[in-house]
Amino acid sequence: MESLSNRKQVVSKKEMTFMEKIYLPAILGGMWITFKHLFRKNNTTKYPEEVREFAPVYRGQHVLKRDEQGRENCTACGLCAVACPAEAITMVAEERVKGEEHLYREEKYASTYEINMLRCIFCGLCEEACPKEAIFLTDRIVPSNFERGEFIYGKDQLVETMEERIDITKRQHTGKRGKK
Amino acid sequence: MVKVTIDDVQIEVEPGTSILNAARQIGGEVVPPAMCYYSKLPGTGGKCRTCLVEVAQGSEKDPRPMPKLVASCSTPVMDGMVVKNKTSERVHENRGGVVEFLLINHPLDCPICDQAGECHLQDLGYEHGAAGTRYEEERRTFDPIDIGNKIKLHMNRCILCYRCVHIANQLTDKRVHGVLHRGEHAEISTYIENAIDNDFSGNMIDVCPVGALTDKTFRFKSRVWFLKPMEASCECTKCSGKAVVWMFGNEIYRVTARKDKYGEVEDQDGKTGWICNDCRFDKKDVSKWNIEGPRKINRHSVISQGQYLSPRSNAKQITDGNQ
Repeated sequence: MESLSNRKQVVSKKEMTFMEKIYLPAILGGMWITFKHLFRKNNTTKYPEEVREFAPVYRGQHVLKRDEQGRENCTACGLCAVACPAEAITMVAEERVKGEEHLYREEKYASTYEINMLRCIFCGLCEEACPKEAIFLTDRIVPSNFERGEFIYGKDQLVETMEERIDITKRQHTGKRGKK
Repeated sequence: MVKVTIDDVQIEVEPGTSILNAARQIGGEVVPPAMCYYSKLPGTGGKCRTCLVEVAQGSEKDPRPMPKLVASCSTPVMDGMVVKNKTSERVHENRGGVVEFLLINHPLDCPICDQAGECHLQDLGYEHGAAGTRYEEERRTFDPIDIGNKIKLHMNRCILCYRCVHIANQLTDKRVHGVLHRGEHAEISTYIENAIDNDFSGNMIDVCPVGALTDKTFRFKSRVWFLKPMEASCECTKCSGKAVVWMFGNEIYRVTARKDKYGEVEDQDGKTGWICNDCRFDKKDVSKWNIEGPRKINRHSVISQGQYLSPRSNAKQITDGNQ
């Protein structure tokens, strides 16, 4: 029968020649390729002496940002928790009382905010969902630990301090602030 | 009976029906949005102008089109009237303008607002709103105040639809709050703060299309899309006792009346199912409620996220009741 698609190919079952049968030229050819690699430039990065550069949008440990006046940006709107495909984020909201205006930017804030780093898949959807530019992923690596409980990061590990602010300007290429 | 054509769909309705109600009888896409009109409250409507429609033919006898767009909630139908809503470019453009006006003083605090996720202004803004604002003046701001010990008023968010005033007029024997001042300065307020103590005053939270009136017992407790709305009933001497309880695990976070897809309180046993303040604010104990089953949620609503529906469940059931 004719093939309808006309893409049918007949498998060839060609007899090997004598030179092919002794396999020597093929083996030597392979050895030559291996030998050539001795003179190539080495690709290995000698970690920890040498550290490879991160991409500007590397997705590592999260940070909860503060604004210029040191107030927390997060308002506990819960959009990061909705967006999170791994269900790693949880929070409890609280109302800001009088006298706390220097601590929190909006009238609602997260009194607890936890990310389970074992659940987190570092997809960055929380960062994308955040309407307040509060959560960002950074180029810091979540350190290993012997205890599982230690991987639930609370606000003490996530919120940046004013002394050691974490630079995320490289990541803000799509946000409103990044455009100017 | 009069014949009207709305977006190429013909329907026969009672004389005196408004265009909006005729469209609601057709249902689906042709229904104009309404922020101030509330079918259960006589006298509402005609304030927000979001329900604008184009009348391409006034009536059978006088087929001239109406020169301006009309508010469909307060315009009665005529025999042979031809109305354009979704099919009219003018309506879409003008509604966008109305939304822009509504948003002039409305703060963009949806991440904080408890109404987010079930807010009609959010839906409108999503459909018609521009990405940026052209308004350069200061927005008017007020401090949130308590009206009564269970209700919080955020005057910033109010769009002055007057629904809460109408409900207080019609449900209670003595209205103690209303709209003060005029125009730009108008605001909802009570004569004396903390004066609201009627048994049904909590219903003003349900009729508020935005987050201006919110439940203090639910304030900032959770977000609506994390909760699971369940139909529940209880023995109540004051009201029908049929409500929706919003649960998180085995805990009741808040109680609301049962609302239909237009955000209006459904009829229960032939009467509008307003619920009393005891049911709304004080019965947060699961043992006091008889949980009937999950509330049907519109599949496209954010509230339905995380509530995984089986593909076998009836599609009609899922899309109908919009909570």
